[in-house]
Amino acid sequence: MTIRWTFLLLFLLLLFALNLSLGSVRIPLPEIAKIIFTGEASQKVWTDIIWDFRMTKALTCVLAGSALAAAGLQMQTLFRNALAGPDVLGLSSGASLAVALLFMTPWSGFGFLSTPHPLLLSMAATVGCVGVLIVMLVVARKLDDHVSLLIVGLMVGAATASIVSVLQYLSKAEEMQVYIIWTFGSLGGLDWLEIKILTLALIAGSSLAFSQVKSLNLWLLGDNYAMSMGIRVKRARFIFILSASILTGAVTAFCGPIAFVGLAVPHLTRLVISTHNHKILLPAVLAGGAALLLLCDILAHLPGSTYVLPINALTALIGAPVVIWIIVKNKRLRI
Amino acid sequence: MNIQRPYLSTADLSVGYRRASLENRLFEDLNVALRGGEMICFMGPNGAGKSSLLRTLAGLQQPLAGKVNLHAGSPTENISHQIAVVLTDRINAANLTVEDILNFGRYPYLGWSIHLNHEDKRIIQRSVEQVQVGPLLKKRLYELSDGQLQMVMIARALAQDTPTILLDEPTAHLDLNNRLEIMNLLRQLSRSMGKAILLATHELDLALQTADLIWLTGNKRNIISGLPEDLVLNGIFDEIFRFKGFDLQTGKVVHDAFRNKAIDLRGEGPAYLWTKNALERNGYTVVRDESAEISITLVQELPKSKWLIKKNNSVTEADSLEKLMNSL
Repeated sequence: MTIRWTFLLLFLLLLFALNLSLGSVRIPLPEIAKIIFTGEASQKVWTDIIWDFRMTKALTCVLAGSALAAAGLQMQTLFRNALAGPDVLGLSSGASLAVALLFMTPWSGFGFLSTPHPLLLSMAATVGCVGVLIVMLVVARKLDDHVSLLIVGLMVGAATASIVSVLQYLSKAEEMQVYIIWTFGSLGGLDWLEIKILTLALIAGSSLAFSQVKSLNLWLLGDNYAMSMGIRVKRARFIFILSASILTGAVTAFCGPIAFVGLAVPHLTRLVISTHNHKILLPAVLAGGAALLLLCDILAHLPGSTYVLPINALTALIGAPVVIWIIVKNKRLRI
Repeated sequence: MNIQRPYLSTADLSVGYRRASLENRLFEDLNVALRGGEMICFMGPNGAGKSSLLRTLAGLQQPLAGKVNLHAGSPTENISHQIAVVLTDRINAANLTVEDILNFGRYPYLGWSIHLNHEDKRIIQRSVEQVQVGPLLKKRLYELSDGQLQMVMIARALAQDTPTILLDEPTAHLDLNNRLEIMNLLRQLSRSMGKAILLATHELDLALQTADLIWLTGNKRNIISGLPEDLVLNGIFDEIFRFKGFDLQTGKVVHDAFRNKAIDLRGEGPAYLWTKNALERNGYTVVRDESAEISITLVQELPKSKWLIKKNNSVTEADSLEKLMNSL
């Protein structure tokens, strides 16, 4: 077990270093090391590039990947469904709707903001996420069967998407721009303040998740068994949702609705370390999410090295074949 | 009999569902008790509300009225330290290992970091030995047979180390051997560990032979409690189950003697009983009367038996019941 953990951490460090070394300006690796550890470089501009662009982007990959993966794991456990994830159940759609309402409705008064304040975006997206999750939970209480619940989730997603379309149709091009760019998903462009907010959200969300390791494990046996072993089901469910909403909301606000990481990483992680103990799964999923997003970002830079593909184009492109491969190999996907 | 203080008792307990203004009462004003060292089989037709009552006793469902009282058989009032359950709920996470499941049994005693200490491990080990699931520990749930899964869930309940265990149809879908094994195990646990065990079951024959006490429910929202033998003799079983072709007094299926032919059967031991069974099943009346038209004598030459059939003054021989039936 310790060998695997060491391997995972080394792999993560390697990806991080590789991520730092890629970009439109070539900076040799020894120079990067020098910049990080001494703060000096042969060219002043390299220091700025590393610290203000590449370091923030690499850190964003780590933070966002971890947060989405942890949220996805909790949702899969909560709904006891292998297909659950923050995006599948409409959380990201909720965030999109909130952001769209904020920037595309003229009466909201924020349309004039070309560079919206990060806190405002973050709050809007979090409100959107929580809104959708509350709807989902009310429905979840009525429905016993998970497939129906998933369909309801997809419907909520479709409904919010159509409201967004109406807003897009009614709004001017410049009002739409902020929103459209936001939906592509972007890991660069966060300043250090935003990184700090994201870090706080990750710490808060994952602390909540870690406090519920016991409930998450017992959740796998079903509500009745969990209750019989002293879990207060409603309280635990509330905390899972709070945690997932903080994690997804913050990431969606700063990086846009990043698809797929939340769904794929828990499965990939369970493939590597086959356990159901969330005490081990949670940290593993945090590391796995960071690794996947670092990898996706590296690949987004590779073709031609001057263009950067939108991150959303890559997460599913990499994630989907992997998940298909797992299902085909194991005949089925288990939570 | 058992005059010790019960581990669990109910005070005017009403059980059922309330949905909006509609109320469905399954049980009304129950006053029953579970005592240590007693195994109670809870029987009744499907839909009588056995599972609902079990869930209510275990605190998983709110009572409509009345109360469930726990009389601390363990040092804390925490219900998860008092009652462990084995339910019929399907477990979706089939990738869990047996070891995971058993560890879950200790969770009510653990903090958020779920660290198992020496004592926890000892209790898990003890329940593994009691239920003999040692060879299964590393297996995943989807690799287990129904019987093994049930044993694992019982071991988990034991690891929870509670004075009371409630089980909902633990022997459903199992073969006879597994059913016997589980009933014997539960009885032994109630005796040796002084646990109060309540199980809902449809296993009439096994319940009659293993239960200390039987709770019977029909559709009158009440529970009749009594010794199995008493309930058989005073006809309450018949009243509730309305047996169709089963004579509870003899414990056998009633056969219609449609051939209207009497056979004089002589012999003893198990071979005699099974010969009688075969004849009755085929519509003959078995008598002990030399004037009967056909007479069969069972000759036992261990380890085999043979049958001498006297019919119309000629004697034939058969070395299996199948041949015997064919020659009649």
